[in-house]
Amino acid sequence: MEGCASNIFFASAETAVHGGSTRSRIGLAIKSAPMDHLNAVGRSVLRPDGLAKVTGRALYLDDLPENGCWHGATVRSAHPSALILSIDASAVTDPEARVLTAKDVGPRNSVHLIHDDWPILADGRVNHVGEPVALVVAPTLARAQAAAKLIKVAYQAQTPVLDLDAALKGDPRTGGRENVLAKCNVQRGDVDAGFAAAEVILEGEYTTGHQEHAYIEPHGVLATPALGADGAFVGIDVVGSLQCPYYVHKALTYLFGLGDDAIRVRQSTTGGGFGGKEDYPDMIAAHAALLSRACGKAVKIVYERQEDIIATTKRHPSRVRHRTGVKRDGTLVAMDIDVLLDGGAYITLSPVVLSRAVLHSAGAYSCPNVRIRGRVLATNTPPNGAFRGFGAPQSLFAVERQMDKVARALGLDPFAVRIRNAYREGDITPTGQLLKESVSAVAVLERAKSATRFAERFAANEGARAARKDDGKPMRGIGVSVFWHGSGFTGNGERRMMSKGAVRLRPDLKIEVLSSSTDFGQGTEGIFRQIVADACGVALDDVVVHIPDTAAVPDSGPTVASRTVMVVGGLLARAGAKLAETLRTFAAHQSGTAPAAVVLSNGFFETDRGRTPFVDVAKRYVTLHGPLDAVATFEPTPGSTFDEATYQGDAYAAYGWGANVVEVEIDPDTFITRVTKLTTVSDVGHVVHPVMCAGQVEGGTLQALGWGYLEEMKMKDGRFLNDRMQTYLIPTMADTPDMETILLENPTTQGPFGAKGVGELPMDGGAPALLQAIENATGISLSAIPATPERIFAASRARKRS
Amino acid sequence: MSPTYRFTLNGKPAEVAGPPMARLLDVLRRDLGLTGSKEGCGEGECGACTVLLDNQPVCSCLVPLFQVEGAVITTIEGLAQGQAGALAQGQAGALAPDEKATELQRVFANEGGAQCGACTPGMIVTIKALLDRHPKPTRDQIREYVSGTLCRCTGYERIFRAVEVLTGQRPAEGEPAAHSDEVSRT
Repeated sequence: MEGCASNIFFASAETAVHGGSTRSRIGLAIKSAPMDHLNAVGRSVLRPDGLAKVTGRALYLDDLPENGCWHGATVRSAHPSALILSIDASAVTDPEARVLTAKDVGPRNSVHLIHDDWPILADGRVNHVGEPVALVVAPTLARAQAAAKLIKVAYQAQTPVLDLDAALKGDPRTGGRENVLAKCNVQRGDVDAGFAAAEVILEGEYTTGHQEHAYIEPHGVLATPALGADGAFVGIDVVGSLQCPYYVHKALTYLFGLGDDAIRVRQSTTGGGFGGKEDYPDMIAAHAALLSRACGKAVKIVYERQEDIIATTKRHPSRVRHRTGVKRDGTLVAMDIDVLLDGGAYITLSPVVLSRAVLHSAGAYSCPNVRIRGRVLATNTPPNGAFRGFGAPQSLFAVERQMDKVARALGLDPFAVRIRNAYREGDITPTGQLLKESVSAVAVLERAKSATRFAERFAANEGARAARKDDGKPMRGIGVSVFWHGSGFTGNGERRMMSKGAVRLRPDLKIEVLSSSTDFGQGTEGIFRQIVADACGVALDDVVVHIPDTAAVPDSGPTVASRTVMVVGGLLARAGAKLAETLRTFAAHQSGTAPAAVVLSNGFFETDRGRTPFVDVAKRYVTLHGPLDAVATFEPTPGSTFDEATYQGDAYAAYGWGANVVEVEIDPDTFITRVTKLTTVSDVGHVVHPVMCAGQVEGGTLQALGWGYLEEMKMKDGRFLNDRMQTYLIPTMADTPDMETILLENPTTQGPFGAKGVGELPMDGGAPALLQAIENATGISLSAIPATPERIFAASRARKRS
Repeated sequence: MSPTYRFTLNGKPAEVAGPPMARLLDVLRRDLGLTGSKEGCGEGECGACTVLLDNQPVCSCLVPLFQVEGAVITTIEGLAQGQAGALAQGQAGALAPDEKATELQRVFANEGGAQCGACTPGMIVTIKALLDRHPKPTRDQIREYVSGTLCRCTGYERIFRAVEVLTGQRPAEGEPAAHSDEVSRT
């Protein structure tokens, strides 16, 4: 195809598109993407679900017709650690209500995720408040809830282990054993020699708390049983608000011991996820399916907000310790890092969260000698699981605060110490990965600096603070962070998953996208249409997207890990190119032309003799041969390896890069922080849809700021005290600064049309930049988030005393 | 026997028998099949259930049924039917299509105001009320008026911008589309 030039270079000139977000391209070679022929990729076209959502027509799980379904309710543990002595349902007199306990689940009473330690219903003991103990089903929700209240559970309370300090002393469940749910260590260079050569050595400890996803649509599933001729339960059809239909499929296949075809899982329109609908839908789908088997009816479970907050997984609290050796000019020579995560009561996804935390913990910085030790400990608190960023925000918060400490100790400004150590192309990461391409740490920092005049304003605020009079005027601060985020699964994850993506030319001449990647707001469906349209060479209107449905789409893996555009989009681009190739060959054969002389571009087959509309050729093909399918399976990058025993090798196929500048005003009397401006610079490779990409960056960064100063899950005796929207505060419009969103495009060879992942990167840098801005304004250096007024006040008092 | 309440719903007379303290949100969603208004929290905090009651945005999860007797209710489903706009001009009962509301919905979708969409109906209904009061709102006016509706996806920037594009204060970034192939989920 003309335009498939082997190398395309972009000028480094910047262009502001449509007067909005700024996009610029960094000069870099990309190997296979014919970008000058792109017609859909790179455009902010209307998302396919857009009009349905703005008119209220989009149907979420609780909007679907109930058709006489029954309703489930859950009885939950009130104790963080206790033996279950008895469960007495004799007071339930509703003749139609059915009650299930662990003995009704069967031999496979666990959520089948990574380890089988997470009970679907507690059996003999409970390990956290809110743990499911019994289930009830009845013809109406009111009757199910009424029956649930009549079930009496007798407990014998045990001493719980509620935080990391206590957890370090022993296992809350088995007593006395080492309390480690997962470990992960990385080493590069000679750390001891590095410290010996250091001119300054600094230590720091940084902590972060729970974070609630607070998707606006709570969890919900509807399970419909398949009954055999004799009325026996032979399978289940689940529709739900979820991220990973094949995770639920795998969990239910395991639970019931049924074949793949007996279980069908479909995604309903999903009102937000952020990782929160990665793991927990396995649990709630299992509950609904078990109840459905028990009563022979379709069963719906929709959580109210409070139950959703009590029951579902959260972001792992963390404690990260740093010991850092530097030269006097700020050059890093040794880093010793200890990452500790609170996993809660069960393993869920903790090993993978830890792995990502460890791999990002040295930050976007080159250092020759690095030692990282990571552990997840068990506590008697609700299990922590996937949340946007997946461990990286915690460890990047720590390293960014530590770099601020380095800057302060050396009398450098925070920008200077970052730019000195930021990764350049050709640098090597702690896992020994050579960063060959698409490295933008310096570029995003420089752009952030020039967009905000960072250095001058940081220095001016420092000066103003020194000269400050007690006049009640707000204190002003500015802070910067730099960060990276690996796109796709860690290490060999993609190789193990071997995801598939497919496209189909249907009899109605539409090309249908078939994948299990879900859209829970990010815009997956629209972006896949754009990618497939350009990969095939057809118009956007010729492409439609099939909903994620395990009976109809291949397993493209879960919708997590910033892998949707780069990994699954890449599969779909390859499948689309295959389909186009078949049609091109067919068109050439039909017209007696050499296949090489036919090009399919923007909806037309072109030769030097003229052009034929895509649909004409497609129609002839379908009439003669029927629908045409093309499938692509993941292929590892040649030469790329990762050793899981030593944690050495290529940890991620590509990295996104970001810099944040946060500006604040702090009231000197109340210590209330107001964020006045947010500037983000992100490189996520070639941008498929600028408006939606900016939306990911802006929404993710506001979540990061919320985590940094507003969102605090308060816990007492293992119970969340603020388990409602009224008490768990997320940012409102009133808390939201004006945002400048700058997208630098430094394409990768690893993704379709040069695209990398965008989903998680924006969660990584908001909190540390905010804390640096608070320090710039007040002189108070915090090492824990959220930076609530109470916390700043306490630090201020402590400083005055000392 | 539950009492019967009469009110105007999306421009048409409605009659509902139910307990006086039934939540308007449940009446709309369960009894009347209008599922556009969402329940995000059930305590008036998130604003996903916002409807217009006599042209005022209210959380329908906090409104008992007896309070809507004789009132004019507009939900996301009826927003573009004209009742709300007509009321603003003192023409109750008129039912011309409200092109301004349609345009608000179109621009909101084009400019990335909706991601997951769960807050979107409440958000759009609230913005409609804002625009009736401030036809060309400043960012601080938007910030104050709409801050009772929570969005966890967008960071609000694209929502601010959609309102600013709609009111001619900023050039569009999204491409206007002739139509959209919706993904069918049923």
